[in-house]
Amino acid sequence: MPATARVAETDEPPVRKLYRSADGRWLGGVARGLAGHLGLPVVWVRALFVALLLADGLGALLYAVFWIVVPLGVGGRSTPRPVFETTADGRRRLRKPDRGQIFALIALAIGAAIFAGNIDWGNRTDRYVWPTLLIGVGVVLVWRQADNARRASWTETGRRRRTLQLARGFAGVALVGMGLTVFMVVRGSAAQLGTALTAAIAVLTGIALLAGPWLVRMSQDLSEERTMRIRAQERAEVAAHVHDSVLHTLTLIQRNADEPGEVRRLARAQERELRNWLYKPEGTGKDEGEEPETLAEAVKRAAAEVEDKHGVPLEVVVVGDCPLDEKLVAQMQAAREAMVNAAKYGGEGGAVQVYAEVEGRSVFVSVRDRGPGFDLDSVPADRMGVRESIIGRMQRNGGSARLRSVPGGGTEVELEMERADA
Amino acid sequence: MSDETGTGTTGAETVERRVRVVLVDDHRMFRTGVQAEIGRTDVTGVEVVGEAADVDQAVTVITATRPEVVLLDVHLPGGGGVEVLRRCASLMSAPEGAVRFLALSVSDAAEDVIGVIRGGARGYVTKTITGTDLVDSIFRVQEGDAVFSPRLAGFVLDAFASTDAPPVDEDLDRLTQREREVLRLIARGYAYKEIAKQLYISVKTVESHVSAVLRKLQLSNRHELTRWATARRLV
Repeated sequence: MPATARVAETDEPPVRKLYRSADGRWLGGVARGLAGHLGLPVVWVRALFVALLLADGLGALLYAVFWIVVPLGVGGRSTPRPVFETTADGRRRLRKPDRGQIFALIALAIGAAIFAGNIDWGNRTDRYVWPTLLIGVGVVLVWRQADNARRASWTETGRRRRTLQLARGFAGVALVGMGLTVFMVVRGSAAQLGTALTAAIAVLTGIALLAGPWLVRMSQDLSEERTMRIRAQERAEVAAHVHDSVLHTLTLIQRNADEPGEVRRLARAQERELRNWLYKPEGTGKDEGEEPETLAEAVKRAAAEVEDKHGVPLEVVVVGDCPLDEKLVAQMQAAREAMVNAAKYGGEGGAVQVYAEVEGRSVFVSVRDRGPGFDLDSVPADRMGVRESIIGRMQRNGGSARLRSVPGGGTEVELEMERADA
Repeated sequence: MSDETGTGTTGAETVERRVRVVLVDDHRMFRTGVQAEIGRTDVTGVEVVGEAADVDQAVTVITATRPEVVLLDVHLPGGGGVEVLRRCASLMSAPEGAVRFLALSVSDAAEDVIGVIRGGARGYVTKTITGTDLVDSIFRVQEGDAVFSPRLAGFVLDAFASTDAPPVDEDLDRLTQREREVLRLIARGYAYKEIAKQLYISVKTVESHVSAVLRKLQLSNRHELTRWATARRLV
């Protein structure tokens, strides 16, 4: 059993956002994050950065910009890659070692060598190269530190790791300080006039470089906090709704505890309302009074009304959907009649099953109960319910109705209708 | 919360079939209710060997007790039922005593339901199910069969009915005529026995059709399946 599996890894963000990758990174996770986002092998991205590095250090600059702007995340990799991978047929095998990493390492080494070779060591500029390198390494250390501080907020870090982090932070600061000092010394001896100015700029740059990461992260954390606040507001709204509707119904149920029929009716009505509210997409909250416009809505509405009136649960399953037309309205009326019959005469056998399916041009509705069942031929001719309201109505509108009833095995009404349009 | 069944096996063995079950649900009331309804081991043959209220607990209890069937709630603190399935993936295919999951939820949202099924659950039933039906479903899952409630059958039919995207894998991304018929009858509330009678096939054949659908659902390349079903608001 994995002790602390990271939960967030499976939650892919709904909108693909660029994140720096927290795992499998070498420096800031920029390359890994970019690779995951673009769907490219990491090696390519890393090689590109190295190549750009040779163009007057453009790669380093780009990398730094990405590092500052892009937040650290656990996304960025298209799929989490555990040490074991599961093949399609369910077997597990050890993941192959990443050959690309070795290539990348070699590429990096070659790049560094070329970079070093390109610098004119003989000139006076070499005085600046070493301090700049020192500062660079220090800044990188400190920035990684800022990332780790962030990461620590979502993964527990052990005590030993924390001291290591502290040591790294100090090392970073020390390196930057040393680099700046060297700068000062070299610069100071060369030109006396600008020394004070250079010192000021150097110190300011140093502070900016050191404090920068925290400032950037802080603003990012602030926006995170804002989303949390919005979430809290939503919660309050949910609480209010639950209070008004559910608690109200529960009180009614307590008061009517002696009447199981009434309790069931209240509970079902509340369940339906709550479901509607929970799962309805934004902006389609329709008033009860409005006429339904699509088949699925109409079926659900009819079932809800029958359920409320007769206190028998109706289980509705709808497959597909289409807009209502004249013929379908007639079918819905027939279906409603069938539901009423099922609830009235077959309700004690359990929930009534209502199934509606739109397949191409035809719409099929079945209403099924598990009541005692009956024989259509034995129903007196003057009873018009089934014959006229269901069978007759369907035939007049060009559809068909079939009724199957087994004494003791329930009744099923099947209604089929072709759509007018489409 | 490890083993608070108390039912034990002191009573006379009146049922020969037995199944060890772990209950995972964050509502204690619900667990108690289910326990009361199915936990009378002598009568139902169901022995509740453990309970859990969140993902971490669930993984611990399931690993420790190795039940045959886990009744798994879809909504759980700590990542939901899907997370439990993910972390118990190795137990599902264990050669000795595979653990099977039956999703049990009040949720109606297609993405929840199809999510746990794709995560490896062998079936899905709603919490309105009766005790007898639940016991029946547990045994069916234990025997390796898939359990589809009418609602789940509806979701699956709907998801596979879409033809707007060309299937990636012809074999997997299509349901056969027979499978569709079986699913449709399940969605209409028929029991296996009734379906067998209606289609003039054996109950075993019905079971194998349902299992095939489950396999297609879990392996299908339609990665958009869940999102698609959600977009259509099938609930």
